[in-house]
Amino acid sequence: MALINQRVDVPVIVDESKCLEKCTACIEVCPLDVLAKNPDTGKAYMKYDECWFCLPCEKECPTGAITVQIPFLLR
Amino acid sequence: MSTQVNTQWMRTDVLIIGGGTAGTMAAIKARQANPEADVLILEKANIRRSGAIAMGMDGVNTAVIPGHSTPEQYTREVTIANDGIVNQAAVYQTGKLGFDVIQELESWGVKFQKDPQGNYDLKQVHRVGKYVLPMPEGKDLKTILTRQVKRHKARVTNRVMATRVLVRNGRAIGAVGFDVRNGDFIVIQAKAVILCTGACGRLGLPASGYLYGTYENPTNAGDGYSMAYHAGAELSNIECFQINPLIKDYNGPACAYVAGPLGAQTVNAEGYRFINCDYWSGQMMLEVWKELNSGKGPVQLKMTHLDNDTIAEIESVLWANERPSRERFHAGRGENYRTHGVEMNISEIGLCSGHSASGVWVNEKAETTVPGLYAAGDMASVPHNYMIGAFVFGRLAGENAIDYIQDLDYLEPDPDFLEAEKARIYAPLNQPNGIPHTQVEYKLRRLVNDYLQPPKVSHKMEIGLQNFVRYQETLQLMGARDPHELMRCLEVHFIRDCAEMAARASLYRRESRWGLYHYCVDYPEKNNQEWFCHVNLKKTEVGEMVLFKRPIDPYIIDVDVNREVYDVAVR
Ligand SMILES: Cc1cc2nc3c(=O)[nH]c(=O)nc-3n(C[C@H](O)[C@H](O)[C@H](O)COP(=O)(O)OP(=O)(O)OC[C@H]3O[C@@H](n4cnc5c(N)ncnc54)[C@H](O)[C@@H]3O)c2cc1C
Ligand code: SF4
Ligand code: SF4
Repeated sequence: MALINQRVDVPVIVDESKCLEKCTACIEVCPLDVLAKNPDTGKAYMKYDECWFCLPCEKECPTGAITVQIPFLLR
Repeated sequence: MSTQVNTQWMRTDVLIIGGGTAGTMAAIKARQANPEADVLILEKANIRRSGAIAMGMDGVNTAVIPGHSTPEQYTREVTIANDGIVNQAAVYQTGKLGFDVIQELESWGVKFQKDPQGNYDLKQVHRVGKYVLPMPEGKDLKTILTRQVKRHKARVTNRVMATRVLVRNGRAIGAVGFDVRNGDFIVIQAKAVILCTGACGRLGLPASGYLYGTYENPTNAGDGYSMAYHAGAELSNIECFQINPLIKDYNGPACAYVAGPLGAQTVNAEGYRFINCDYWSGQMMLEVWKELNSGKGPVQLKMTHLDNDTIAEIESVLWANERPSRERFHAGRGENYRTHGVEMNISEIGLCSGHSASGVWVNEKAETTVPGLYAAGDMASVPHNYMIGAFVFGRLAGENAIDYIQDLDYLEPDPDFLEAEKARIYAPLNQPNGIPHTQVEYKLRRLVNDYLQPPKVSHKMEIGLQNFVRYQETLQLMGARDPHELMRCLEVHFIRDCAEMAARASLYRRESRWGLYHYCVDYPEKNNQEWFCHVNLKKTEVGEMVLFKRPIDPYIIDVDVNREVYDVAVR
């Protein structure tokens, strides 16, 4: 089957300048397990657009690197 | 692919599937009941921030506190609100044991609102009694529970999703699942299994079209409903859907429970009240539906008449606890409670006994109809049970499971079953270019909206049912590229099972009951002569879904359901 990659606006934004390479706090707490580390940069990012805009990731980030927006379709 | 999968075997005395509200309490209580017993929580996410109370809770909806109300009054209130279809012995437990739970939570550091004299500051939201206890500092609930799970030395395995309960000789003997990060196949042997996987929150499709923009935590996809069904357990009153009055688009509570006692009102577009009670019930939802269809909608939660201090107090609760992102939702639209009402809408359907009454059948000991299998929380059929009910039934399940496993040994799982389940789980990984789970789920849930959203119409539901049955084949087309996508694929299997159950149960009960939850256009009246009973369903030996009436046990608290009818309309 043919698949394409489409652009989507994702709710979670990571300020890479603040994200700590050794940290995985946001990834560990996300109930939907949608965050991951970019293996090239060591920075967190939203890997899957499946967000409940519940905020544990933002709350548990030690450096305030994460901002959760309301998903575009709801905003 | 499936041949290369690594298999991990585990063993425990009591296996708890789902470490949310009910599951963490079940673990703590099982360990308190027998400190020698090995207790394992299997959690799809991470118990620190999982489930409905991931970010805390604004309040307790069903607090029965001595001096304010009694278990008898509470049981009466829920009996009437649920149109008489209750197992009162189970409802009574929540009334009887809830206060214990509140005191124990307090001893662990959870804070409940008190007046200056130090008394619990209960609010009236229900029709008669005061059962709502605010928790303005309810935000750390889940981290506190997690700490207690550790203190009680219950084991926790995070990021493993259970897919089936293992049954042998008619007894629950463990579970299977997989690690949603590394993909390992997990087989767990246990002497008793407690299902605490929450609601089926991903049944209907939200009007926003966003699959995860649900009222419930979307991790709860009806996993426990489906697992209990395949284990042979009975499910009850599935046709009594969960439908909530929510903030339009945001799909979170508006929330009259917090704001109502401080003066907020649910009103129509003309500013008039049309319901006299904000407690969530099917009857209330029917009034909202009528109002929206009368030309007098939209419906809104109005606070513009309140003074600034009161609104600030409401905001301080709503911004901090269960759904804190609502602050940025309103800000993004330039809306403020001082100047704007909160536009409300009727949600898509779900299954949940915490809010309505659809769940896996349990008795007052949290036992399902399968020996060794217990259920608690939103997925267990104790109507209007909410958070305290989840704690109470978690406790009952934990304690009774410990009792049950005395002198019991492990049973070996059936190797053929394990092979078949392994093949079912990993099939999508064998076709990574199969149809993505997002599309397969979107279409399924759109069909749920098309054919099951009340008002219910038999001809439509028949078509829906055919679609859901045929969807078995569609599921085979799904592809996954990694264990995370595999998790979502298997959730779609659960959602399909729930959709079929919802259609069959709704077709079976040929009357209307519970307001909008089961409002049937073909049978618009309530019919106590024929349908004053539970509608239960289960899987037969040959794999068919059968439905049947289960009589209602004699009431322990006298209620005349023909005279005491729940009605909240303003006339
Ligand atoms: C937005 C919102 C507001 C609410 N407000 C209130 C309120 O103010 N007052 C009140 O009393 N009640 C309230 N409730 C209801 C109350 O929170 C719930 O009734 C209660 O928390 C349900 O507990 P539970 O244990 O059944 O489910 P949850 O706490 O949701 O736990 C289910 C757990 O199971 C896990 N899980 C699911 N599937 C699997 C699987 N296959 N394998 C492994 N793990 C799995 C999940 O990750 C989760 O941790 C609210 C609910 C919501 C959603
Ligand atoms: S808001 Fe919630 S679901 Fe979304 S990424 Fe953060 S923790 Fe995960
Ligand atoms: S919690 Fe913050 S610092 Fe840690 S990985 Fe996530 S974004 Fe980076």
